[in-house]
Amino acid sequence: MAPKAAARATGARLLAAFRAAGADEVEADILQPAEALLDLYGEDIRARAYVTADPLRGELMLRPDFTVPVVQAHMANGADPARYCYMGEVFRKQEHLGSRAPEYFQAGYEVFDRADPEAADAEVFALFSRLLAPLNLAAAVGDIGLLMDAVRGLNTLPARRAALLRHIWRPARFQALLTRFAAPPAPSASRAALLAGTPPRAHWVGLRTAADMAARIAALRVDAAAPPIAAAEVASLARVFAVHAPAPQALAELTALCAEIPAIAPAVARLSRRLAALAARGVNLDRVTYAASHGLGTMEYYDGFVFSFAAATPGLPPVASGGRYDALTAVLGAGRSIPAVGGVIRPGLVAELEGAA
Amino acid sequence: MSLKLGVPSKGRLMDDTFTWFAARGVALSRNGNAREYAGAVNGADGVELVLLSAGEIPRELAAGRIHLGVTGSDLVREKLADWPTQVVELAPMGFGHADLIIAVPAAWADVETLDDLDAVAAAFRAQHGFRLRIATKYHRLVREFLRDQGVADYQLVDSQGATEGTVKNLTAEAVADITSSGETLRANHLKILDGALIHASQATLFAARTADWGNGRAARLAALAAQLGVAAPAL
Repeated sequence: MAPKAAARATGARLLAAFRAAGADEVEADILQPAEALLDLYGEDIRARAYVTADPLRGELMLRPDFTVPVVQAHMANGADPARYCYMGEVFRKQEHLGSRAPEYFQAGYEVFDRADPEAADAEVFALFSRLLAPLNLAAAVGDIGLLMDAVRGLNTLPARRAALLRHIWRPARFQALLTRFAAPPAPSASRAALLAGTPPRAHWVGLRTAADMAARIAALRVDAAAPPIAAAEVASLARVFAVHAPAPQALAELTALCAEIPAIAPAVARLSRRLAALAARGVNLDRVTYAASHGLGTMEYYDGFVFSFAAATPGLPPVASGGRYDALTAVLGAGRSIPAVGGVIRPGLVAELEGAA
Repeated sequence: MSLKLGVPSKGRLMDDTFTWFAARGVALSRNGNAREYAGAVNGADGVELVLLSAGEIPRELAAGRIHLGVTGSDLVREKLADWPTQVVELAPMGFGHADLIIAVPAAWADVETLDDLDAVAAAFRAQHGFRLRIATKYHRLVREFLRDQGVADYQLVDSQGATEGTVKNLTAEAVADITSSGETLRANHLKILDGALIHASQATLFAARTADWGNGRAARLAALAAQLGVAAPAL
């Protein structure tokens, strides 16, 4: 069978399994309004999505993923709890020459359920784990919500915590900010003068207002006067971000770290419940790696449990990935929100690996 | 078989290119009629001159329709994805210098560095309801630079000319553009951010990896490279 036909057939098989698990099949338009996606993802999505123009509808994007249209459809007219599944092509520009495909199938499963988020996390992971079991993939999990709680627990200015949280998906920037807050460098001469006096008079151009600048200068003064983040807190935070072990051992390490960072205790309790729910569904936790940094550096909407299944073949993207995106539903829900978790499998890769086996 | 050499078809860039080759014993010239885009090469065997818009030379190199080409290093990086896999830099030519930089209003006394720009972008988005706009025509270079630097909450808006005016016209909050003296920036009440030199561009001689180098062309390239005093590239 040609690769595309094999991918489509495998996708249909996965979709049938998702329906059997209780999901309603949904469709999403291939042409999506660009504005919502751009506002959500920023310039990264413009680099990765095909943008086209419609004379009446303006900028449109070839569907770069299903999550956003599925969430939009649910927030507009869905009743919860709900389980959705879908299968179709997504389109991603590749900025580097190579073998990565610019269009490929995704088969996805999404759960919108307020009752028991940890049970929903386990439901999605266990379903994927069962469907992918013959491929012997490496399973990894993480919890971005736990990392965010660790940052929220820092004993420092709220503005510094907010700046760190904003960059939690950009590890290099996050680390640079943390270093600066822990050991502030001496200000430049002009910065010192600005903090001490009033800004020099200059011809004002642009939409940013003098009031916007005054507010920032006030914030800079508060920051300059605040004590640095204690070295011990930075070290504890680094330990939470560095946990990388089989899930049961990681849970033990994180439980111990609660003594240093009490703010993570509720998230660690949730992790414990999630792992118990996974074990109850037959997942062998010793073969699941917990990697604290998992899911960082990807699309910035996951804010809780994250997971992936990857083949040993180097250079291949993950066969399946997903996670929890509660905050995204609030952004797209115009004031309403619902806990949501889901993931996608790439049927093309599944077919390829099955063929090679 | 001959090698096709693409050279900018007019202006200072063409004149400087002709001077650069002449200094190395290769005389390039346009045909008598200044409006005709054809020329001649004396002093190097089997090299054919192709006069092109500097902006089209990266594309012609990538397609392999010309073997060699002179254009700005900024244009190659902007227009060709994964450019080192498509073209080879033979020689920086020492003219056509221009820096691709990010500039903000000079009145922003609180913004000196990319860190400041990032912080201001977050506050601007919260205050005004949309991402801070940076006007540019160098989308790939600016986006890759800001991604590497971890700057968030901005958007690029396209500006193909008079970019420095976009801030005053309220269509952008900052600009990313090439500058040599900075005078246009100052005249438009803008200043360059520290640490925001995205690329220091200059006119550069490139060779196309995908061009047909058979039929003795590779030997011709080696001979030409020796004459120009540059290392023959591995293609």
